[in-house]
Amino acid sequence: MMSYLLLKLPYFTVVVLTLLGLAAMVFKKNLIKILMGLSLLESAVNLFLIVTGYRTDGVAPIYTNAPSLHMTLPTVQALTLTSIVIGVATSAMMLSFAMVIYKKYGTVNAEKVKKLKG
Amino acid sequence: MKMTKIVRTTADVFYPFCLVFGLYVVMHGHLTPGGGFQGGAVMATGAALLLVAHAYEDITGRLRKTAMKILEAIGLMMFLFAGLSGLLFERPFMGNWMAFTGKWFSHPVAHGPNPGDLNTAGLLPLLNIGVGIEVLGGLTIILLYMLSGIHAEKKP
Amino acid sequence: MMKIALYSAILLVLFGGLMYLAADLPFGAPLQSDMDDYFIKNGQEQTGANNIVTSIVFDFRGFDTLGEATVLFTAVLGVGMMFRKMKEGEEYEND
Repeated sequence: MMSYLLLKLPYFTVVVLTLLGLAAMVFKKNLIKILMGLSLLESAVNLFLIVTGYRTDGVAPIYTNAPSLHMTLPTVQALTLTSIVIGVATSAMMLSFAMVIYKKYGTVNAEKVKKLKG
Repeated sequence: MKMTKIVRTTADVFYPFCLVFGLYVVMHGHLTPGGGFQGGAVMATGAALLLVAHAYEDITGRLRKTAMKILEAIGLMMFLFAGLSGLLFERPFMGNWMAFTGKWFSHPVAHGPNPGDLNTAGLLPLLNIGVGIEVLGGLTIILLYMLSGIHAEKKP
Repeated sequence: MMKIALYSAILLVLFGGLMYLAADLPFGAPLQSDMDDYFIKNGQEQTGANNIVTSIVFDFRGFDTLGEATVLFTAVLGVGMMFRKMKEGEEYEND
């Protein structure tokens, strides 16, 4: 049982990270904490992409002084690169929104920001 | 808010090294781990170091918003025109026409593991440099804008 | 209070389901890797770059990277729009 758990440990880590991010987004009222949950979810996605393309005892897909030709899958790593940059862009955007909301309402509590409430 | 003189001097000393290391990561993007995005992020880390150590008012003379805007636009334009230049040489958009022609960035490459040669890979180093410049400008200007937002809030 | 219990139940069910799915995934031996094997085998000859990840990001999937750079540019434009200098006496709308 223990060795089986260790064998699939990366995937279980992905699941735990996903659920932690979702829980932070659902239960927290502070906008900054919601953003932290979203970042956690992003990390889970990146880890899942990297783990999917791993080969046992594989080396990085770079030919400069490569120790062996048994390489991990490069496409998922390229996708992860794209995902990280877009994550940085969206994080900056959302943090700016949080700053503007704090400037306008004087609070970052999502329940007290209700000028648009019908 | 500014830190002590020790921190400020250390940041001033480390700033050029951050830039040089980022430039190394960008230029060797087709040979070693790294590339345009990572190298640009490393260079922006140097700017963040300066911003943390100094006060915002003292840093506006060294990191100008206008210069960063221009850098970002230049980076994206470089990427676009490097991609479009493939059309001039009877290749598709972003076709790698420079590789294996014997001019710049186009030495023949050995197949299989090799020590690496900077003059290979054709269009890829150009695209790397363009993206590196764009990420440097973009991340630095995001930091500057957010810091100026905090600054404007405290004034009244 | 009911809401919190409901959300907790949903998250627990999600946790169980995802754990069950994750236990079936293969780790260390990808199921299908034809495209990646092609890239590893021919990427160096076709682009001349030693780093296969760079050759994929900037050559094989160049359009993807163009969109990514555009997203970064647009995000910077949005941040700049939010923190722009207000004119004399200008305020946010609906204040």
